[in-house]
Amino acid sequence: MAAPNNETGEEETTGHEWDGIRELNNPLPRWWLIIFYATIVWAVVYWIFMPAWPGITGYTKGLRNHSERENVAVALQQLESSRVEFAQRLLAAPSLRAIESDPDLLQYARAAGESLFGDNCATCHGVGGQGFVGYPNLVDDEWIWGGTLDDIQTTLRVGRRSDHPETTYTEMLAYGQDGLLTPAEVNDLTDYVLSLSGQLHDPEARARAEEVYQTQCVSCHGVDGTGDREQGAPNLTDAIWLYGGERSAIWETLWYGRAGVMPSFEGRLSEDQIAALAVYVHTLGGGED
Amino acid sequence: MFDRHQFLEKNGLILTVAILVTVAIGGLVEIAPLFYLESTIEKVKGVRPYTPLELAGRNIYVREGCYVCHSQQIRPLRDEVERYGHYSLAAESMYDHPFQWGSKRTGPDLARVGGKYSDDWHREHLIDPQSLVPESVMPPYAFLQETALDLSNMSAALRANRIVGVPYTEDMIENAVSDARAQVDPFSDDYDALLERYPGAIIREFDGDATALTEMDALIAYLQVLGTMVDFDAYEPEQNYR
Repeated sequence: MAAPNNETGEEETTGHEWDGIRELNNPLPRWWLIIFYATIVWAVVYWIFMPAWPGITGYTKGLRNHSERENVAVALQQLESSRVEFAQRLLAAPSLRAIESDPDLLQYARAAGESLFGDNCATCHGVGGQGFVGYPNLVDDEWIWGGTLDDIQTTLRVGRRSDHPETTYTEMLAYGQDGLLTPAEVNDLTDYVLSLSGQLHDPEARARAEEVYQTQCVSCHGVDGTGDREQGAPNLTDAIWLYGGERSAIWETLWYGRAGVMPSFEGRLSEDQIAALAVYVHTLGGGED
Repeated sequence: MFDRHQFLEKNGLILTVAILVTVAIGGLVEIAPLFYLESTIEKVKGVRPYTPLELAGRNIYVREGCYVCHSQQIRPLRDEVERYGHYSLAAESMYDHPFQWGSKRTGPDLARVGGKYSDDWHREHLIDPQSLVPESVMPPYAFLQETALDLSNMSAALRANRIVGVPYTEDMIENAVSDARAQVDPFSDDYDALLERYPGAIIREFDGDATALTEMDALIAYLQVLGTMVDFDAYEPEQNYR
């Protein structure tokens, strides 16, 4: 831009002058003006084609009849139709086992299951399904509620201690907190549970707890402590522990009880998605026949 | 003719009035129609005012600035609907004052987090987020479990919401404190009364500690109701296309 020629007074001024400083009245830059007018034209074009002006009972729809909600409905429809073939085959399979023995279907179920797992399950069970304290590991072969395809599907569908009407409600009672056993009995029972998995324990305390175990614990965990999947009672004889297997953790479980919740995914996920997830979890490593 | 604006610019008061008129036109055209156009808020079944406990949880959500990192707004885009569920409807935040749509997702969207995780998960995650999600950058909120819920302003909170348009009845306001207590006690005498006032409310010991009504109870109660109110079986989206 050329320097304004103030000396000769040829430049147009606004007529303002302060202490000999005059205010120039230069035109706006042409490029700026062109863009300014273009935006006005653009606005008018937009009104014509897109939803714009509100009225008394509605609004101008525009020639393009644009609707974000319709667009997403169409996009979802396209997505569904790209999956519908496999989704129907998943649902039509006579059993989940049949899905696993069909290589095509298995590949689809594992891919769909993996992405569903990442969004819905990994938050509690870990990205790789390794679990956290209180949230079962899904890659080992220890299952609290059963590890067959049907068991896993049921757990996904109705949850455990969830708000689904068909869910299971059994729980580990708070023997100490609720006063079902005396503190001394809880301490002795801790030694008994430690002994079941061959850990270091006090044999005398174990002997004292024998009767308590037989009256209080066998109905769920069994005489030998191997648990009962019908009731979601874990096996106490192995080295796999949901809430920790050391003395303090076992004592805590006995004192405060445990009732971990698996949410129900029926409704949140579709039937074919649950089937795909069941296959995915089953094939993570520890699935049972 | 193009010099006329000098008249406005040289008279401060007239300029102020002219600005006000211009802005008012903009407001009338952009804001006023939202109050009377029927397509603004969808017709849905199931959305009810928050229970006193949920409302208290919402106030904690606002107080702690959860909206800074979590949005509550699933946009009508394929990928978002795939991940989070049905896009958010205006009707779902019609009793939110102020709304918690947020504008940034450092953490995931929470518009439909209700029912997705267990109460235990929420409690443990709020106490120590990294214990369950190692890669998370969320700060811990362990103090919620130790802080008793302030019940003294429960009725006032409902009344304030009624002033801005939430249909709380006199009955709801009067029983706000007992309703808040009843929602964490499945064996309370107020169980049925609470459900009658707030159909479908979840009544559970949210923070796992029956001995105290804590801020953790309130926040989890709020999180567990998010996005669960609308009955989508009875919802016809075509009616609301626009």
